[in-house]
Amino acid sequence: MNFKKQKTMLRYGPGTRANHWAMAGAFILLTLSGLAFFHPPFFFLSNTLGGPVWSRVLHPFIGVVLFVLFVIIAVRQLKYNLLMKNDVQWMRQMGDVLNNRDEKLPPIGKYNPGQKLVYWALILCIPVLLITGVIMWRPWFAGFFPIPLIRVASLVHALAAFIGIATIIVHVYAAIWVKGSIKAMTRGRVTHAWAKHHHPLWYEQEMEKPSQRAGGESAQELDAPPHHGARNDGRTSG
Amino acid sequence: MINSQNIVARSATTLPAPHVRDNVVEVAKLIDVSKCIGCKACQVACMEWNDLRDEVGECHGVYDNPMDLTAESWTVMRFSEVETDAVGGADVSKEKELSWLIRKDGCMHCAEPGCLKACPAPGAIVQYANGIVDFDSNNCIGCGYCITGCPFNIPRISEKDSKSYKCTLCSDRVTNGLEPACVKACPTNCIEFGSKKDMLARADKRVNDLKERGYEKAGIYDPAGVGGTHVMYVLHHNDEPGLYHGLPKDPRISPVVGAWKGITKPIMSAILGITAFAGFFHYITKGPKEEPTDEEVFGEGDDHHRVSREEEHRS
Repeated sequence: MNFKKQKTMLRYGPGTRANHWAMAGAFILLTLSGLAFFHPPFFFLSNTLGGPVWSRVLHPFIGVVLFVLFVIIAVRQLKYNLLMKNDVQWMRQMGDVLNNRDEKLPPIGKYNPGQKLVYWALILCIPVLLITGVIMWRPWFAGFFPIPLIRVASLVHALAAFIGIATIIVHVYAAIWVKGSIKAMTRGRVTHAWAKHHHPLWYEQEMEKPSQRAGGESAQELDAPPHHGARNDGRTSG
Repeated sequence: MINSQNIVARSATTLPAPHVRDNVVEVAKLIDVSKCIGCKACQVACMEWNDLRDEVGECHGVYDNPMDLTAESWTVMRFSEVETDAVGGADVSKEKELSWLIRKDGCMHCAEPGCLKACPAPGAIVQYANGIVDFDSNNCIGCGYCITGCPFNIPRISEKDSKSYKCTLCSDRVTNGLEPACVKACPTNCIEFGSKKDMLARADKRVNDLKERGYEKAGIYDPAGVGGTHVMYVLHHNDEPGLYHGLPKDPRISPVVGAWKGITKPIMSAILGITAFAGFFHYITKGPKEEPTDEEVFGEGDDHHRVSREEEHRS
């Protein structure tokens, strides 16, 4: 961690971080229990939720929790995930992206097109998973739907889950691949250098805000009001 | 669960089930609908043998009682009043006549059971060498996929224990050399039981009788779409099985279920695995995007860092 030496800026507030990790936990549990019902070789994973019957009972409830959390984060991040001018060019240079030739890439905003793809893939998958999941949900809801519809829902649920899981694998790998990213979601902050390097347009925008330009050093300062005396107090004790 | 014969298929199991006991005869129950008088002795025998006591329902103004299969009513008589082509020769002037068709509904014990294909719980559904498809409720997780998979809409989830139930073809009796309880109770020999071969021969004879009586479309209902069944009907109107309370004409495991529980499983699992491995090998071969230093981003001579400190002190 270079936080001690480098100036940092806020990327994700405490609410977003809590939401993200609650979602991550829900997604993992859903994936493990869902795969167990999907394919026999994964059946042993149903033990993660306390056995196969508990998996069957809990999976849909966890799914509803995931959906609610996702709606909150999706609404709040929507404006950063709209397609921008340089996004297409960035995608064309996927070779440079994958080969870590970052200096050749055009400047982009808070999210790169790959991240936006993750966002929109999940926007597609998660509501589909909710709707098809409710149609399959026994004993509560499935009885209200005709069996042919339940069949279609079951297949679509599996396909949507497949796309969702594949998307999250890419998402997790990208976080491991791009050093400095995980801190953004665990501590909330990234270095100015990281922001300018990976998300130049977002960096420029954020630099217009005095609190971001000042560059606090610890996550605790995030919630502090932009009152300079108070922040200095915090610093002397740290 | 008693296991005294080969298990030819076991739900959610990719390796072969125990099957050293050979020479098991395929059995079948033959229901000759033309001989049924609708007495419901089979329903009573079923609940008696299987210790089932369903909730007492209400009269709906029809003979059907209960109105549907439940987790505690594994067989029900279905009464259908339909108009069919008149039978009986030249002395009958009208073209249509009223038929009261009574069909004993319950599990068909398919050779290719959709319930077993869909079931995600290992061993919750087994198919014995004699053709009986049996639910082992002990392994059932209550997901209802068997209902989704079944082409005949037979299994029911119990409200008491969230387990799925259906006719077992009295597998416990058959294992011990007895006929199913419904067969034993039937007063008209409408329901018979024996080897599938014998039952087909008997059905053939019966179909010929019906044809002689004018039921030209009489036939055996042993649908090939599910590989044949171990519960067969003799129908006087075999060209229109739908007349018998919606008995499907060409039942088969839905292609949607086939896709869901077939090719998608290995393909999607493989792609997920490959995706994860691709990430791993990308990291190993290309390496990470290291966190940039201030010097790399802002340049060697940049005073970004120092100025910021001064700004903070001023404030």
